[in-house]
Amino acid sequence: MIDQAPAIVLLAPFLTAVLVVLVGMKYERACFPLVLLGLSFSVAAAVQTILQVVEAGTLRYYMGGWPPPFGIEFRIDGLNALVALTVSTVALISAVYSKNRVPEENGDKISIYYTLLLLVVTGLLGMVLTGDAFNLYVLLEVSALTSYALIAMGTRRATVAAFKYAIIGTIGASFYLLGVGYLYIKTGSLNMFDIHEVLVAEDLHRSTTVLVAFILITVGVWIKMAFFPLHAWLPNSYTFAPTTTSCLLGPLVTKVMVYVMIRMMLTVFDPVYTFVQLNWGDIVVWMAVIAILVGSLSALAQTDLRRMLAFLIVAEVGYMVGGVWLANTAGLVGAIYHLIADVFMTLCVFLFAGIVFAKTGKREITATHGLFAKMPLTMAGLAVGALSLIGIPPTAGFFSKWYLIQGGMASGHWGYVVALLISSLAMAVLFFRIFEYALFGVKPAEGHGDHHAGDQGKFSEASASILLPLMGTASLVLLIGIFNQSIVSIITDFLVQFNLADPMFR
Amino acid sequence: MELLKAIVGGMNYWIFIILMMIGLYAMITKNNLVKKLIGMSIFQTSILLFFISLAVKEGATIPILHHDQAHAKQGDHGEGGKHSDPSHKGKEAASAIEEGKEKPSVSHAGSSKIDPDRFTNPLPHVLMLTAIVVGVSTLGVALSITQKLYTEFGTIEENEILDQLKSGDD
Amino acid sequence: MTPPAIISITPVLASLVSLLAVIPIILLGRRSNLREGTSFVAGIVKFGLIASMLPTIMAGSTIEYTLWEIIPNLAIAFRVDALGMIFGLVASSLWIITTLYSIGYMRGLKEHAQTRFFSYFAVSLAATVGVAFAANLFTLFLFYEMLSLATYPLVTHHQDKEARSGGRTYLTYLLTASILFVLPSLIYIFIKTGGGLDFVAGGFLEGRIGGTEALVLLLLLTFGFAKAGIMPLHSWLPAAMVAPTPVSALLHAVAVVKVGVFCILRVYSGVFGIEFLSDLNLGVIVTWIAAFTVVVSSLIALTQDNLKRRLAFSTIGQLSYIVLGMALLTPKGVTGSMMHIAMHAWGKITLFFCAGAIFQATGKKYISEMVGIGKRMPVTMAAFFIGSLSVIGIPLAGGFWSKIYLLWGTVEDGQYAMLAVLLISSLLNAAYFFPIAFRAFFCKPEDSLFEAKVEEAHPCAVVALSLTAVVTMFLFIYPEPFFALADAAAQHLMNL
Repeated sequence: MIDQAPAIVLLAPFLTAVLVVLVGMKYERACFPLVLLGLSFSVAAAVQTILQVVEAGTLRYYMGGWPPPFGIEFRIDGLNALVALTVSTVALISAVYSKNRVPEENGDKISIYYTLLLLVVTGLLGMVLTGDAFNLYVLLEVSALTSYALIAMGTRRATVAAFKYAIIGTIGASFYLLGVGYLYIKTGSLNMFDIHEVLVAEDLHRSTTVLVAFILITVGVWIKMAFFPLHAWLPNSYTFAPTTTSCLLGPLVTKVMVYVMIRMMLTVFDPVYTFVQLNWGDIVVWMAVIAILVGSLSALAQTDLRRMLAFLIVAEVGYMVGGVWLANTAGLVGAIYHLIADVFMTLCVFLFAGIVFAKTGKREITATHGLFAKMPLTMAGLAVGALSLIGIPPTAGFFSKWYLIQGGMASGHWGYVVALLISSLAMAVLFFRIFEYALFGVKPAEGHGDHHAGDQGKFSEASASILLPLMGTASLVLLIGIFNQSIVSIITDFLVQFNLADPMFR
Repeated sequence: MELLKAIVGGMNYWIFIILMMIGLYAMITKNNLVKKLIGMSIFQTSILLFFISLAVKEGATIPILHHDQAHAKQGDHGEGGKHSDPSHKGKEAASAIEEGKEKPSVSHAGSSKIDPDRFTNPLPHVLMLTAIVVGVSTLGVALSITQKLYTEFGTIEENEILDQLKSGDD
Repeated sequence: MTPPAIISITPVLASLVSLLAVIPIILLGRRSNLREGTSFVAGIVKFGLIASMLPTIMAGSTIEYTLWEIIPNLAIAFRVDALGMIFGLVASSLWIITTLYSIGYMRGLKEHAQTRFFSYFAVSLAATVGVAFAANLFTLFLFYEMLSLATYPLVTHHQDKEARSGGRTYLTYLLTASILFVLPSLIYIFIKTGGGLDFVAGGFLEGRIGGTEALVLLLLLTFGFAKAGIMPLHSWLPAAMVAPTPVSALLHAVAVVKVGVFCILRVYSGVFGIEFLSDLNLGVIVTWIAAFTVVVSSLIALTQDNLKRRLAFSTIGQLSYIVLGMALLTPKGVTGSMMHIAMHAWGKITLFFCAGAIFQATGKKYISEMVGIGKRMPVTMAAFFIGSLSVIGIPLAGGFWSKIYLLWGTVEDGQYAMLAVLLISSLLNAAYFFPIAFRAFFCKPEDSLFEAKVEEAHPCAVVALSLTAVVTMFLFIYPEPFFALADAAAQHLMNL
């Protein structure tokens, strides 16, 4: 069993999905426990995998026993293991959140909803674990198709957004597929590690075909991760989807695509190629700077809570793309650590938005009026997520920003450093605006007079199934921050092989 | 002359580029959602064609091995997997496919008597089979979203939908 | 040589005890007596823990404790030395008195959400002591940010429009400055030195960075710690006066603002090193910036009619005294600057207590409404007078000693311009404080706005403000503990 852990990570949600379809036809109530069970298995297997990786180094798993390059290989190093654990954990948390929310928001489609949820998770986990470039495409489409459907389950605006997403997403995925085709022409292989070996061994890095492949893959991935200016699909999709959907997709989809970008840049093409030979670092980091600024400033202009968060995702993607292209260890550590931290902080704030919607039925930021008195625990959860996004120690967001800024300074990208700081301030403004609403909503008469007795009566916290996920996520954000060393050491172990300290990366 | 050579020499590539552009054009400019989806289909198909054209070799045939041919090859794979079972039939077929690659640059298997030039490369075909399935599913999902849009808005013209969204509240 | 450092968890506990006290405070929220009892106990335990370390520090040793390494080469670590001790002692002892005062004030006014008030108060104190005992720049920054956030709900306690805009100004200034200026400087220093960031007497930047970099970093860090209220980043302090008076008293006369100057002192002495700064001649720039703030804020204070705002501008000026003293980079100047942290704290908190007591007893906020109030609230106004003496620097109050040392420092360095600034400012201080006390006691009977009947504020408040006034006078007679600590710290930092 333990040897099969990497497969279980992926197969548990997949098989559960099949089961949920069958069982759900007759016993709708059984769906949720099944989902929970399947995802818990996935999380447990992911934990097991990461322990194995930390202990014994890179883990190679051959799907069905077929050795590479024929079969599909899972080669699990520190990077995938971390991201896989993150993805499965978030899936589990948002599944818990969906317990009461799905019946409320999509009451007629419970089993379908859960099936799709599990399939998205399968696709995302597959993309993280697989070592096969074409397989990645298929899983990309699996997760994309299901997420179109999940988004379309929202309001009618969501349907329009889902259509747009489907068109743009297909273009992105097709670009990726085309890029893989070009790589295949040159190397005759689809296994990522094999491609890399061939590229290096035969010195194919000078070939134009490889260059075209790199551009196609990068642009394809950028479209899917909503890297500005390719982000048009994102805001509406996450704003109008059911809250359960945006809690699941908002944190995960873009981050998994960032993972794919890192994997492609480092493992498939070589860092020497992507960073030194192409030498696009400057341009891309400046693009990231624009993404960060546009994302944060657009967020300021929003009145809809989830739309504001969606623009924050655009900014955060800029953080990570910029961090990766800084081409130094600190930048990459920052980007990867931020990837993990950001998943949880985004989840935290999306869960908050979901709870606000559940309690008030409103989407606007102003719906948070007076919540400090009514729902102190929820607000505490938001506070942790928000402080993390702003970058206040000791939350996770502070440390990712620390490494990213360190990377920016080390390679002399002052524009990037300034953009990060400005974006922090923008987020501070955003969230303190919410805090203000929440704090000043109910106005005690003239500020004086004992309202203590009155406070108790208004106290109405959300139900446990939607509150617990928020509390859990908030504590994870704190834990990831406080114990960032252990995560960072896994990341640095992973990065050692690329020898980024080499002076040629300057 | 050079240009002509480039065009004729890479005929397949040019055709798929043209198809792709047609598809992209339709996806971006068409107002009717179904026409957009048709564009999307053309776009995807162009990529399928591109992959298939990679597999073609002059004078090559379909890669099906006779029994004796297959039997001649019993080499072991350099990197045996945890669960690999060398005597498995399918694996041999797989290694035969490997031989059929255009660039068997890194040798993964031992020597072989099969001449790869006589067979077209089956791998792109296999891949495209999957890609076709993916494409069909994409189209299916997109069409059902379109249907949902039609029931909600009563139209599948993009501008009319946007107008409705602008005027009415959600 | 200095005796070896002692490893002990006491400084961590000293910081944490008030953080832990939050739990019982919240749980006991409905029973206000027990709740305030907890505050008291926590305050006394905190003070006890800090005082227990005093003999060790007096003996010239330090107490260290490393919690854990949070980033490679960078740990959350605590270290108690003489400078930290001064600040820790002042903050923790005043917390006890402020709790007493708060009870009087909050109950007297029947304020709402008292549980929240006392909880965040405790958190703020944990952060303050954390800053005092931080062993490196990173830990310092961590607690600095914690303090900014924990005080926000206190500033906006009234939850009305005014509180809202005040709170907004408060956070905007503090967070913007710390994120834009301090954080990048921190990371830059971290890159340049390859880690550590531990405060070392004599600094650790010498030889690592050039002159221009040093100047930029110095300015970034001086203005970045905006809690020090150096102009032009001072507007948050008057804005924060919307808070209930105990908050203004402890936090905005002692904890928060002193954390600002304390951070600056730490950075000058422990990061740059006094010698490095004087080699580069950077102290002069800072003295002029501080001198500007000293004079201008005193002039503005003259024009304020709202008592708390006048006190706030006075605080801004006095904070710059401390920075100025440090920037003189002479032994006497540094000693005076450190003593002034303590002396000003006791004097200014007395003044705030009085302002709060007046408001609680009469509802008056404006100085023009306080004519003749000395007849109604004699104890309060007497305390006010003593507090003014201390802040101005006139004998019979502790403030005299720190000012003398500051003046001595300017003479020692031959900076007569600064001497003039300090003297002018003292005159201005007298000009904005004496009329208040004078008109309170010695107005013509027909001008008096109050009846002659004595009616003081809530007894808890009166006891508290009398206590601080007495201590302020006591410090004139016996400045020894703070003087000894400041002297030891200065000796240590100047490598004498």
